[in-house]
Amino acid sequence: MTSVHQGYLNMELLRFITAGSVDDGKSTLIGRLLYDSKSIFADQMEAIELASFRKGEEHVNLALLTDGLRAEREQGITIDVAYRYFATPKRKFIIADTPGHIQYTRNMVTGASTANLAIVLVDARKGVVEQTKRHAYIASLLQIPHLVVCINKMDLVDFAEQTYQQVKHDFENFASKLAINDVHFVPICALEGDNVVNRSERMKWYGGSTLMHILENVHIGSDHNHIDARFPVQYVLRPMNTAHHDYRGYAGRVAGGIFRVGDKVAVLPSGFTTRVKGIHLGERELSEAFAPMSVALTLEDDIGISRGDMLVRVNNRPQTGQDIDLMVCWMDERPLQVGGRYVVRHTTSDVRCIILEVTYTMDINTLQRLEEGRSIGLNDIGRVRIRATGPLCFDSYRKNRATGSLIIIDEATNRTVGAGMIV
Amino acid sequence: MATYKLNHLQGLEAEAIHVMREVAAQFENPVLLFSGGKDSIVMTHLAMKAFYPASIPFPLLHIDTGHNFPETIVYRDRLVARTGAKLVIGHVQDSIDRGTAVEEKGYNASRNALQSVTLLESIAHGKYDAALGGGRRDEEKSRAKERFFSHRDEFGQWDPKNQRPELWDLYNGRKHQGEHFRVFPISNWTEMDVWQYILMEEIPMPSIYFTHRRLCFERSGALYSYSEFMNLRDSEKETLREMQVRFRTIGDMTCTGATVSNASTVVEIIEEIASSRVTERGSRQDDKRGEAAMEDRKKLGYF
Repeated sequence: MTSVHQGYLNMELLRFITAGSVDDGKSTLIGRLLYDSKSIFADQMEAIELASFRKGEEHVNLALLTDGLRAEREQGITIDVAYRYFATPKRKFIIADTPGHIQYTRNMVTGASTANLAIVLVDARKGVVEQTKRHAYIASLLQIPHLVVCINKMDLVDFAEQTYQQVKHDFENFASKLAINDVHFVPICALEGDNVVNRSERMKWYGGSTLMHILENVHIGSDHNHIDARFPVQYVLRPMNTAHHDYRGYAGRVAGGIFRVGDKVAVLPSGFTTRVKGIHLGERELSEAFAPMSVALTLEDDIGISRGDMLVRVNNRPQTGQDIDLMVCWMDERPLQVGGRYVVRHTTSDVRCIILEVTYTMDINTLQRLEEGRSIGLNDIGRVRIRATGPLCFDSYRKNRATGSLIIIDEATNRTVGAGMIV
Repeated sequence: MATYKLNHLQGLEAEAIHVMREVAAQFENPVLLFSGGKDSIVMTHLAMKAFYPASIPFPLLHIDTGHNFPETIVYRDRLVARTGAKLVIGHVQDSIDRGTAVEEKGYNASRNALQSVTLLESIAHGKYDAALGGGRRDEEKSRAKERFFSHRDEFGQWDPKNQRPELWDLYNGRKHQGEHFRVFPISNWTEMDVWQYILMEEIPMPSIYFTHRRLCFERSGALYSYSEFMNLRDSEKETLREMQVRFRTIGDMTCTGATVSNASTVVEIIEEIASSRVTERGSRQDDKRGEAAMEDRKKLGYF
């Protein structure tokens, strides 16, 4: 294999989300990223040229590249989360393209749940507005490790450095209240491509990186928890064939930390301890497995283990409990019912729960906690306390996104109605 | 100190295996849709890895239009023999004979759309509650919003405006009686990822993906393999000639276009895709029947 192909096989994967409304030029920015990184094929280009022409537009509208369903094409808005893919020689990218309006908060939360990085778009003419704050808050709530604030439409403010500095200052001022570790600011003009992939000739005062340079180089190696070993058992493998008569493997995805052959582990909730005998990925035997690998573990001792149990290191255990505090984003038309019963899916276990109380709700535009009139409806975010019918083994969401997250399911409709982040 | 990170293919593989195991855990009677194309071959490979050393805990379902490339069937039968997987075949011809599907007429006649009927009949007949498919979000714009776990109502229909939110890697496969799920473990893969993975895993592929000589003709700017299943206009007959081609996607013979190519190895295919200026579905006539062609077919129960 030549070095070129080795290169193909050694790319990193970065998942990012773009938050912004139609007016902020979000679709144009994505179109620009795809176009300038040469990820647009001739037949796609032909299709949008034709569509732009039909609409009587003067230029080819790059925003049309991200138009998904018919309803959206008709209304000219993005309603749902749409996923886009492109690659540069360095990285492969997955974009979760989410709408920015407040009535689509749940869509942004969905896209944010798997993202390494968030792009928040700010219109240079308007500066930091309520929507910017809301998007930054959701990024911090979902613990997206990296944030890039793109100050767009710089052409409409004469590429003035002062405007850029003002937005940066305003954003940093309020972001100090949020848990965001890594923030970048880039002045861009998505329509004409300035500082998106190629450096702008019209903003020489900007000494920072282009957006693409950040996307290609931001350090994502520590985005998974590699400290606290957690292995939720997903499925038990029992081949019962002649070659593997006594084999019993525990299939699952490492949710945190590193497991090595010989490690002493505890099985929760039972508390039995044993050692890791083998780690398997298909026919291959591995000496260790780390998050987020999907593997199968075999253990030294024959212990009754089933889906929903969790293997952890003996001296590093998660919290165990039935009463749990969480931040919840509500995703259903029917509001959250205090005293209501739901199903909670946490890692690989399903338990029933009752909502004990709403502690507060967030005004996600002002970031004020509201302790009056505490009801949580569609797109609302608040803090609640639940009681599960059985003990859950969990970490705080801040410590581990995999063992600190859960979804709430309505038993009557089977719909996913809430996303929970354990406090 | 070792660096604990996965490359993009290992990351996509871990995600796909996780999804397949969720299907085995959450559903009673899943099935894997197998077309003989590269995506379903990769899916079968992933399923073998996900459950090794146990065998794949669900059968493969092939919806057979009767208009297959013979190479596909040869490959399918060898794969089944090699893996010990159970194969179930749903014949479009049976649906036509029953009168539930009606054969299209004219020069562009294809059984491609009829597959939806046979697929839904096969799912109902086998009482399958989840059908694993190799659909990828990068293939077509209405697929870009598809979930990993995609809910279908009792009529097998997809409601794109009323999908369940899907967060982290927590998949909700709960359903009412009569409903089923379509599950897409390789949602996040691109055509390039699929070929790179085939290279990394050294997966054997059907011969028609590689360059070969074939009798082809031209229709609406695309190249098609000559076959007894297609009616040729006189003008098309004039374009008939032997050419050096391969296929980028494999569907039914009546709607899958060939591309002129000299790529004879997986590495050469990867190089060809890297320099290609047309998407793989650019050669699929079924997508060109209108801007929302795929969305309409998906709502009715297509793959």
